[in-house]
Amino acid sequence: MLLAFPALAGTYHTQLLTYGLTLAIAALGFNLLLGYTGLLSFGHSAFLGAGAYSVALMMRYLGVSSMELFILGGVVCSAALAALLGVVCVRHTRIFFAILTLALSQVLWTLAYKFFWITGGTDGLRVPFSQLSLLGGLVRFPGADAFPKFITSYYYYVLALFCVCTVLMWLIVHSPFGKTLQAIRDNETRARFLGVRIWRYRWYAFLVSGIFTGLAGILWVPLNGLVTPDVLYWPQSGKIVFFAVLGGFRNFTGPIVGAVLFNYLEVYAVAVTQYWQITLGVILIVLVTFLPAGIVGSAVRLGAKLK
Amino acid sequence: MTLLRTQALKKHFGDTRAVDGVDFVVNEGEFLSLVGTNGAGKTTLVNLISAFLLPDSGKIFIGDRDITHAPVHQRIRAGIARSFQLVNLFDDLSVLDNVALSIFAREGKTRRFLAPAERDAAVTQEASGLLEQFGIGAKAQATARDLAQGERKLLDVAVAYALRPKLLFLDEPTSGVSTRDKAQIMDTVSSVVRGGGITAVVIEHDMDVVFKYSDRVVVMHEGRFLADGPPEEIRRNSDVAKYLLGTDV
Amino acid sequence: MEIVALQVLNSLFYAAVLFLIAAGLSLIFGVMGIVNMAHGSFYALGAYVTAWSVAAAGSVLPPAALFIFLLLGAIAVALVGLVIEPTLIRPFYRRPEEYQLLVTFGLLLVLEDVIRLVWGGTPLTASGLVDSVGLIEIGGLPYPVYNVLMIGVGIIAALGIWAFVYRSKFGVLLRATAQDRRMAAALGIDVGRIYILAFGLGCFLAGLGGAIVVPSQAAVLGMGVEVLVMAFVVVVIGGLGSLEGALVGALIVSALRTITIQFWEEIELAALYLIAAIVLLIRPTGLFGRKA
Repeated sequence: MLLAFPALAGTYHTQLLTYGLTLAIAALGFNLLLGYTGLLSFGHSAFLGAGAYSVALMMRYLGVSSMELFILGGVVCSAALAALLGVVCVRHTRIFFAILTLALSQVLWTLAYKFFWITGGTDGLRVPFSQLSLLGGLVRFPGADAFPKFITSYYYYVLALFCVCTVLMWLIVHSPFGKTLQAIRDNETRARFLGVRIWRYRWYAFLVSGIFTGLAGILWVPLNGLVTPDVLYWPQSGKIVFFAVLGGFRNFTGPIVGAVLFNYLEVYAVAVTQYWQITLGVILIVLVTFLPAGIVGSAVRLGAKLK
Repeated sequence: MTLLRTQALKKHFGDTRAVDGVDFVVNEGEFLSLVGTNGAGKTTLVNLISAFLLPDSGKIFIGDRDITHAPVHQRIRAGIARSFQLVNLFDDLSVLDNVALSIFAREGKTRRFLAPAERDAAVTQEASGLLEQFGIGAKAQATARDLAQGERKLLDVAVAYALRPKLLFLDEPTSGVSTRDKAQIMDTVSSVVRGGGITAVVIEHDMDVVFKYSDRVVVMHEGRFLADGPPEEIRRNSDVAKYLLGTDV
Repeated sequence: MEIVALQVLNSLFYAAVLFLIAAGLSLIFGVMGIVNMAHGSFYALGAYVTAWSVAAAGSVLPPAALFIFLLLGAIAVALVGLVIEPTLIRPFYRRPEEYQLLVTFGLLLVLEDVIRLVWGGTPLTASGLVDSVGLIEIGGLPYPVYNVLMIGVGIIAALGIWAFVYRSKFGVLLRATAQDRRMAAALGIDVGRIYILAFGLGCFLAGLGGAIVVPSQAAVLGMGVEVLVMAFVVVVIGGLGSLEGALVGALIVSALRTITIQFWEEIELAALYLIAAIVLLIRPTGLFGRKA
C-alpha cells in the first residue's frame, strides 16, 4: 500500500507522508539514545539543523545539486557535530546530558541567527527542488509544473531511505553493541564492572543518533524548500521528544508511529487552534503520567494481557 | 602462585578506619571466605580491590602488576570480577542476555553493531551452558527482573563468572535468601567455581556456610586481619570466637 | 575607565539576576534531586506578572510604591509553584529521571504558551520603575540607580538564602532532607512538607529574578528558555545543587558575558559554553558540585 500511495492519495497527502517519514528517521535516531541508552536529549534539533543547513549551504555556496552529494556532505557534518558535542555531553550524569544538549542546541540556534550573512538569518536559505537532482542526476525537475513529479519521486526516494534506516537501526539495537547500550541504560555500575567504558559507548550512540537525525534534516529541507533558524530552535527538539513519548520509547516502532502520527496531528491541530504548544505540553504531561509506555507500548501490553 | 597481594592497604572515612593496614595474599586456586562483623571492613576491602573505591595508601598487586590506581576496566582486564551484595542486574534484558553480555564484553565483541546478538552461536551456546550450570537454564528467556530472589543471586554470580576471571569476589551471595535456598546456592556456586578452576573470595556472614565450603577463612575486625587459616584452625581460635561468634571459649 | 566601572555594575546586576535563578534551580535539585526544566518559565512568569501589575497599578499608585510589585511578582510565582509541586512533581519522585525531566519539560511547553495566551506577543515593560529612582553619577557618567538597588537586592538575597539554609532551623531540616531523604523521614521529618516548601522557595527566587529584571529589560516571549540556558551554564560551571556554586557561577558567567558582548557579540553564547565545556573537563561536576 505504501508503494501505491502517491497514485492513490494525491500530491498533498504524499508530501505530508513524506514529511512524516523524515520525522520518523529523526525519531529512530533520537530513540537510540533515549529508549536504548537511557539518555534524554533536549537538543536533537541541532542535528536536524546541521543536516538541513549543510544542504542549503552546499547548494548556495558550492553549487551542488545532487541529492547523493547532499546526503554525503550532510552526514559528514552531522557526524562531526555529534562527535564534538558528544564529547562535552556524554561524560557526565544523565541529568547533565539533558541540560547540556538543550543548551548546546540553543547555542547553534543563536549562531545560525546571528551569523546572518552566511546563514541568511531569519530569512533563511532557499533549497528549491528545481535545482535538485536525484540518483546522480538521473532524475531532475525542470519546468513550471514539475512539483507533482517532484513529490512523487521524492516520496519513493525518502521511503527507500526510510526502509534502509529502519533495517539498519533494527540491526544496531539487536547487535552486541545494542545490548551493551541497553545494559548501560539498565545498570551503569554493573556494565562498568564488566569492563565496559561507559562514556565511550554513550559517545558512539550519540554519534549514530546524530547521523540518523542529521539525515532526517537533510531529507526534510528539499521538501520544505527553505531552512531557517527555527529548525534549530528548542521547540523542534521538543517535538522529537514528543514523538518518542507518544509512540512509546521503550520499543522499536513506537517512535516511528509517534512521528508519523504527530505529523498528521500537527497539521490538523494548527489549523484548529493557535495554542498548539499548550496542547502538546498537556498531552506530554498526561502521557508521562498515565501512559508512559506510549501508544505502541501500551498496545503491546494490552495485547499481552489479552492473550 | 600468588594471584593477589595487597600491601598496607588503608582506607579511612573520617574517623572510621574501614581498612587499616591490610596485607592480603590470595593464592591461585583457593576458595576462601572473608568474614567479620558488620563494619569490619570486608566490603570496603573488596571495593578497594575491585576499583569501586580508591585507597588512601597502600598498594594492590595482581601477579606482578600494580593495579592500585588502575581504573575499573583495566582491573577487569587484569582478571578481577565481582558480584554484588545488593543484586545488580540488567533488569530489562533477558536472563540469557545478561550472561551473554559478560561474554561479549570479555571477548571484546561489544562494538559489533551490524549483526544480531543471537546470531553469535558461540556466545549463545556458552551463555546457555553457563545458565545450565548455575541451575537457571530454564529461565533463559525470562526477563531478569522477573526472577525469584534466589535465582537473581545466582544470575548475579553467573554474570561475574562469565567473565572467566582469575579472581572472583562474591559479595554475600547468600544474603537475603531463605536457609534452604542458601545451601542450594552455595552448593551450585561452589561446584561451578571450583569446577572452573577459578580462585574465589567470598564475603559471608553465615559461619555455617563458611566452615562448610571454604579452604581458608580470613577474619577481619576493625579494619585489620584478626585470623587467617583453614576452617578448623579458625574455629579453635579464641579471639575469633570472642569477637565474631560472641562466645567465650 | 569610567566605562569599565559601568560595565562592572551592569555585570553585577545581571549576576544578581542569574544568581537568583541558579540558586532556585540548585535549591530544588539539591533538596529534591529534580531539575526543573520549567524553571526559566517561572522566571518569565515573574517578569510578566510584575510588568503587568506595575502597568495596571501605575496610574493609581506613585512610582516608588510600585516596587512592592517586584515582591508580589515573586510571590505569585511561588504560589504557582506550591500548586504545581504536589500535583505534577510529587508523583514522579520514585520514577526514573527521564520521566521527571519529561514532565517538567511538558510544564515548560505549557507555561510558555500560557504566557503567550494571557499576555500576547508584545513585550511588556515596567521601565517607569527605573525612571522613578533616577540616575546617579559614576565618574561623570549617568547610571540608573535602579541597577545599583537591584545589586543590593541580589546581595541581600544571597545573604538571606545563606542564613536561611545554614543558620535557621528550617534550613537544618532542608539540608538533612537533601542529604538523605529516608533518614530524614525516619527521624520524623515531614519530607513532603519540606519538598513543597523547597520547591516554592525555588520558584520564588526564579520569579524574583524575573521581577527585578523586567523594569530594566522588557518581558518578551522566549525569555524563559533563554535564561534557562544561561542558568544551565551557571550550574554547569558552579556545580548543580550548590549555593556557593550558584553565586560564583553567576559572577563568572555574567562577567564573561559582559566581556564577550564587548568584543564579539555574535559568539556570546558559544563562548560561554566553550568555557563551561572546559570547566567540565577539569571538574566534571562543576566548581562546587557534588558527585551525584
